[in-house]
Amino acid sequence: MVIAIVCIAGIGLVAAIALALADKYLAVREDPRIGMLTSVLPGANCGGCGFAGCDAYARALVAGTAPNGACAAGGDECAAAIAKILGVAAEATEKRVALVKCCGTRSEAIRIGDYNGICDCATAAMTAGGDKGCKYGCLGYGACANVCPKGAISVADGLAKVDKRLCIGCGKCVKVCPKKLIELVPASATIHVLCNNPDKGPNVRKVCGVGCMGCHLCEKNSGGKEAGHFTFQGFLAKVNYSNPPTDAMIVAKCPAKCMIEDAHFESGH
Amino acid sequence: MKTVKSQFKFKGGVHPDYNKELARNQPIEKLATPAELVISMSQHLGAPAKCLVKVGDFVKRGQLIGEKNGFISVCVRASADGKVKAIEKRLGPAGGMADAVILDTTAKEEALAEGTETPTPSAPKGPILPPLDWKTATKEELLKRVEEAGICGMGGAGFPTNVKLSPPPGKRCEYLILNGAECEPYLTADYRVMLERAPRIRLGVEIMRKILGMPAVRIAIEANKPEAIKAMEEAFADIEGNVEIVVLPVLYPQGSEKHQIYATVKRIVPEPPALPIDVGCVVENVGTVAAISDAVELGEPLLERVTTVSGDAVATPKNILAPCGTKYSDLVAFCGGEKIPPAKIISGGTMMGFAVSTLDIGTTKTTSGLLLLSPSRVFQYSSQACINCGRCLRACPMNLNPAEISKAMEADDVKTAEDAHVMTCIECGACSFGCPAYRTITQFCRRAKASIRARMAAERAAAQAAAEKEKQKAEGAKAN
Repeated sequence: MVIAIVCIAGIGLVAAIALALADKYLAVREDPRIGMLTSVLPGANCGGCGFAGCDAYARALVAGTAPNGACAAGGDECAAAIAKILGVAAEATEKRVALVKCCGTRSEAIRIGDYNGICDCATAAMTAGGDKGCKYGCLGYGACANVCPKGAISVADGLAKVDKRLCIGCGKCVKVCPKKLIELVPASATIHVLCNNPDKGPNVRKVCGVGCMGCHLCEKNSGGKEAGHFTFQGFLAKVNYSNPPTDAMIVAKCPAKCMIEDAHFESGH
Repeated sequence: MKTVKSQFKFKGGVHPDYNKELARNQPIEKLATPAELVISMSQHLGAPAKCLVKVGDFVKRGQLIGEKNGFISVCVRASADGKVKAIEKRLGPAGGMADAVILDTTAKEEALAEGTETPTPSAPKGPILPPLDWKTATKEELLKRVEEAGICGMGGAGFPTNVKLSPPPGKRCEYLILNGAECEPYLTADYRVMLERAPRIRLGVEIMRKILGMPAVRIAIEANKPEAIKAMEEAFADIEGNVEIVVLPVLYPQGSEKHQIYATVKRIVPEPPALPIDVGCVVENVGTVAAISDAVELGEPLLERVTTVSGDAVATPKNILAPCGTKYSDLVAFCGGEKIPPAKIISGGTMMGFAVSTLDIGTTKTTSGLLLLSPSRVFQYSSQACINCGRCLRACPMNLNPAEISKAMEADDVKTAEDAHVMTCIECGACSFGCPAYRTITQFCRRAKASIRARMAAERAAAQAAAEKEKQKAEGAKAN
């Protein structure tokens, strides 16, 4: 009995000394800033910065291989905190949110076939460009919704929609969309063109009831070309987000009904 | 020259309904140049050609309109005289979008009449490229001709033929295999070419033998085409050297390059990136061989090809010789239109073809077929859970485990699919064909391969960017 106690206590003592020495001499010195940075980052591990998660981004920041401001989810506040820890100046960034530039629901945009394969946008796009008549529009198989770390994207009536309040602007949906129709736009912008089809008006009309025809009315109604609220790619109007329009009247006057005032952001689930 | 029966049967394979009787006895008919051609810049495997014309240009038949853009690429020539109406992204037969030149072939005369364009004196009706005598021409001249004629594999994949015909240093072509298997259901284009253009095929073989340094020749034809075997026997009766016609058992996918190599010379091509040349073989489709002889002897680039338009929803199934870029709607109209509204339109054969939703697509150098199927031939299914029956394993000619790959991809697990060697998948469709749960297994494989390729491309780009950065850094250090 006594021998057992002495033996166990002895082993314990030796192990304790070994551990204490190991702690002192074999310690991995980690930059304390990594821990501090990890605590100020949002911790969502969304990967929007391009790194495997918040911890990986923090390490990259300390190593100097990542720019401050890559964390869209954290926004300005986070960038300022990071700047404080790293001792560099913070650049002001505006909060950006994802926008699905299509409003062709099943009732508006025609479907030219029955797609019967895997329920995934990229795969559907590989099959004759997808079943939607418009080759630029949202297929509605929810690849973006599947990658969204915040559940901010929902698919209804063959169309993906983003909840502005939940979106952290990580940009994962932008990367995954095979039709490249999701864009990160300033959260403060209220007027958007929900179309991605640069074809001529009649060709757009053939496939979608709410496609942009490039009539330039939005530009005229918002003060003309000089005002610079819109740019045009082919026959597609695009909001100039560095100088967005604010007058909601142009939305009502859009003959194609593809402009929307903030309503693309679904309110809640 | 002798005819032998193949002794080697590959593992797996399936027996779909061939339905070739619809078009097999229809002689090749030439389609007059349609009013509009949609000539894609991406008719082949590899980098799309670089467009050389602009809207409003007038082009002559045979004029170079797309320049070869990289090593694995093929040039594109105008298949008819006409005016470039537009250059825009168009849906291709395989479902991808690619730049295409829209040619208005009726515009020429009108513009000349109006005098808006200086009328170019109509060139004397002569060959587009100077004809070559293959016996006196050098190997390099012949290879260059194949390249400038814009020839790519006409069986389906569209691999640049001049690349195939120039084995890398240290590798030698021992066997030239002519692919006349045409194992895809419905398609009879290659069959008709073998029947009607046998002398051209023979000449093509002689030219290719010269380019490749006199390899042995194996002409592989499935046993269900006795007339084609006979035609080949007659054409090659007096050829010298090691030439054999190999009669293959009827089994899908006998026309696959790898399986054909196994069935004729019993060699196994290793996993990608290995190519048939790594086992000393070059496989060419019979149509490609005929195109090579045209390019060399007649100076005629690859501007038209035989396409089978078939299916039970077409009024008269036909084998049509049409200019590349002919719209599907023109092909169907030439066949007398639709007998009944089709439930499914397939670009290619039923096993490997792509379902399309419009006839507003231009043919390419690789379009071997267009099928219009009636509702009675189209089965509407809904995919169900895998029941682990193992039929796809037995059917897979590449010894893969399609069940595992499809289940992994259902969970978006590309890594597992990659570990299961999905990259060796030839997308033949044998797994989906027999699946009792109607699973879209081949589509899962395609998706896995697409995401692996995308990842590889991203990695390559990242490595390149890193190397560039490193180089700049080194230069900066040197400057300092």
